[in-house]
Amino acid sequence: MEHLTNKDFTSDQEVKWCPGCGDYAILRAMQKALPALDRKKEDFVFISGIGCSSRFPYYMNTYGFHTIHGRAPAFATGVKLANPKLSVWQITGDGDALAIGGNHFIHALRRNIDINILLFNNEIYGLTKGQFSPTSKKGIKTKSNPHGTTDEPFSPSDLAIGAQGSFFARVVDTNPKLMQKIFTEAEEHRGTSLVEILQNCVIFNDKTFADITGKEVKQNAQIILEDGKPMLFGSEMNQGIILNGFKLEVVTIGENNVTEKDILIHDAKEQDPTLHAMVARMRPPEFPAALGIIRAVRFSTFDEGLLSQLEYEKENAKFKTVDELLKSGETWEVKS
Amino acid sequence: MDTTTKVIDLEKVVIKFAGDSGDGMQLTGTQFTDTSALLGNDLATFPDYPAEIRAPQGTVAGVSGFQIHIGRIDINTPGDIADVLVAMNPAALKANKNWIKKGGTIIVNIDTFTKRDLVKAGYETSPLDDNSFDGYNIIQAPITKLTREALKDSGLDGKSIGRSKNMFALGVVYWMFNRPMEQTEKFLQKKFAKKPEVVAANIKVMHAGYNFADTIEALPSSYTVLSANLKSGTYRNVMGNQAIAWGFLAAAERANKELFLGSYPITPASDILHELAKHKNLGVKTFQAEDEIAGICSAIGASFTGSLAITTTSGPGLALKGEGLGLAIMAELPLVVVNVQRGGPSTGLPTKTEQSDLMQALYGRNGESPSVVLASSTPGNCFDWAYMASKITLEHNTPVVLLSDGYLGNGAEPWKIKSTMDMPEINPSIAIEGEEYQPYARNEKTLARKLALPGTKGLEHRLGGLEKEDITGNVSYDAENHEKMVGIRAEKIKRIANIIPNQEIFGKEKGDLLVIGWGGTHGSLYSVVDTLLKKGQKIALCQFNFINPLPRNTSEIFKNYKQIIVCELNSGQFANYLRMNFQGTIFHQYNKIQGFPFTTIELESHFKTLLSK
Repeated sequence: MEHLTNKDFTSDQEVKWCPGCGDYAILRAMQKALPALDRKKEDFVFISGIGCSSRFPYYMNTYGFHTIHGRAPAFATGVKLANPKLSVWQITGDGDALAIGGNHFIHALRRNIDINILLFNNEIYGLTKGQFSPTSKKGIKTKSNPHGTTDEPFSPSDLAIGAQGSFFARVVDTNPKLMQKIFTEAEEHRGTSLVEILQNCVIFNDKTFADITGKEVKQNAQIILEDGKPMLFGSEMNQGIILNGFKLEVVTIGENNVTEKDILIHDAKEQDPTLHAMVARMRPPEFPAALGIIRAVRFSTFDEGLLSQLEYEKENAKFKTVDELLKSGETWEVKS
Repeated sequence: MDTTTKVIDLEKVVIKFAGDSGDGMQLTGTQFTDTSALLGNDLATFPDYPAEIRAPQGTVAGVSGFQIHIGRIDINTPGDIADVLVAMNPAALKANKNWIKKGGTIIVNIDTFTKRDLVKAGYETSPLDDNSFDGYNIIQAPITKLTREALKDSGLDGKSIGRSKNMFALGVVYWMFNRPMEQTEKFLQKKFAKKPEVVAANIKVMHAGYNFADTIEALPSSYTVLSANLKSGTYRNVMGNQAIAWGFLAAAERANKELFLGSYPITPASDILHELAKHKNLGVKTFQAEDEIAGICSAIGASFTGSLAITTTSGPGLALKGEGLGLAIMAELPLVVVNVQRGGPSTGLPTKTEQSDLMQALYGRNGESPSVVLASSTPGNCFDWAYMASKITLEHNTPVVLLSDGYLGNGAEPWKIKSTMDMPEINPSIAIEGEEYQPYARNEKTLARKLALPGTKGLEHRLGGLEKEDITGNVSYDAENHEKMVGIRAEKIKRIANIIPNQEIFGKEKGDLLVIGWGGTHGSLYSVVDTLLKKGQKIALCQFNFINPLPRNTSEIFKNYKQIIVCELNSGQFANYLRMNFQGTIFHQYNKIQGFPFTTIELESHFKTLLSK
């Protein structure tokens, strides 16, 4: 296979996101992650809906399709079913995936079709200039709700797990290395891989994730989960997560007789999603926010199921051509 | 017993089976259809059933009917009114009282004419006891009682016995029309292969019905309908929805493409999904999506990736697919959208037929977004029009809307089996590896662009719903480019007129009256024009299948007649479309919006009035 670099994945189109937008870092991380995958460039397809993030395919020098608002999972499903050999990436935002496209989003996860969904979550509508989204924090004041929102936000992880999602990862736009690692793992996972990227909108919702990504707070406000490793975090890596009864709790090793043995070990491959959901729900100030691959369970995929049925039917069916079908069943001759 | 029953030869006959929606009338009608087809009759059928799966038992709302017209002459419609009605309960009799020929034969299940069932049907007293049906030949058959009697030793429970009574009615009608029962026996053996006791019971009841008819003196004669004079060849029965599915299968095979269907169940289009879902052996991928929108969007995704992609729906579903269709027009991707029309607006009349989605198909999208629109006109030619839709969409890389309707979709007729090799070649417009590729460069003649399929080395490119720059396909907000691209998209559709055949007419090339129809009204319009031609009238029928673009010779045809009348099952959508395209020509209208096809009686009477002016 020819050696590809990030330049091979850079299209000739001028990137038109606002200066300082988190999307730039995501684009760069993707252009760096793809060459490392054992794949031909022509086999990548990027499908998007509508919104700031959905302009992403124009900037990738791959096959791409900027479709209609909310429906990208359906387009991506058609692409994958038509040619299961392709590596299919869906780029979406919190409005695109969770408001207008909520239905398609949950059904893609339920079917577990082998596509990768990158959810750029900035908790705001950018392209329509600043209305609240289904992930906006309750009470936020925007143009479309100047007195503060009264609706509860969605938690993408809960939605994904509720829809029986097999893969859920979370990353922040300020951590390019972790992004690259997660993109690679998402591609390697068979089934629908959902990656939530906490992405900063500098214009309409600046610093909404400052409590997680702020330079001063991030070491105590983030926990980067690794499969098979204890859930430790903090500048000294001496804080950890334990399960106390039915609730998670933050503890410090060395205090109250807590040792490293008491700390939960992260098991991304566990089929039961209970602990994955609890961990994914953690938020500062009480907890660090969980980043990394939170859930990665191998279930059979929708495309595998369809292909195996096709193969079985092709081998075992009565007829192999359309003409045989047309002549099958009850027929009669008319002679002139 | 009269052993010298007369057998009378009939040219044609219309039979209607009617009962409760749980009485198995559709199956009974289908069996009579298949047997008649095997005997070589020409035929047309019309199932008419309620939208509810099991509407309240015994009520008029719950009546399900199946009408079949068989003949030894050319049959083009399921018949206006029935010569023979089988009414399994009082409600079935009431629902059909205006649809039975004066003097016709009515077979009623007399066991259901109890006070309770009469009340449910809205009768105070039995209509058989007053003079409501004077002049009709009423056969009072104790169908429930005799079915129970026949099966008393079968070991079946009461519910299963009750379900067999449709076979009794079928047996009676088989006797009346001198039909053999073997085809139905074979069918039952196959359908209930795992329940031999059910097979035996149904066959026994059918024979009981046959013998009952043979014995009673109420039926002094039986009838025969000899085989029709069809063109030589191998025939089978097809329903419109099935023929559409097969047309796509044939097109995919000839185009060397995989067939992809993204669809969401909706009456009366679901049978296309059911049919294609059966044929994974032929490489068809069917995807039952989470909604209508996902149906079309998955199909567009598959089209972008190289499949012959289709989506199937009915009116309300087409409304939901509008944005997706607009994207396929902008991205210039092949796609066939099948709309099996039903009564509208909104949920409307789900199980009834109508032609009221024409304007929606032509214009129901934002922006200037022209689409090719085709219409099939008989159950059998649904095959040809699905094939034609596939050919146009793959060669011109623009979406095609194919209009069928509930009447065509569920109707059946004998179909002379075609071979895929009889169909025209399909040459998809696709770029290959190594070629200089510009996504929006065009064929000079057709203006079609070429697709480059994901997986093809070196042809990576981006498509989308934002306006495209001419040639490069890059996003462009340039004012003049937009106007140019709007023009190109329109011109591309117009030029399809250059490759389609001329519009044909049936009847006189010049004359007093030109009857115009489109799509599913062909059978009734043809029958009436044929009758009037035989009576010496200077009349012709011009039935359109190409709606957009219209055939090039259309206006030439219009000049040859003193009067033109456009007949359609809506308030005049095609008439208005013609007025827009041919200003100055006077188009009269004949419209019907009752959820039912035209009757030949109403058409003939209206045309005669026009001709006498």
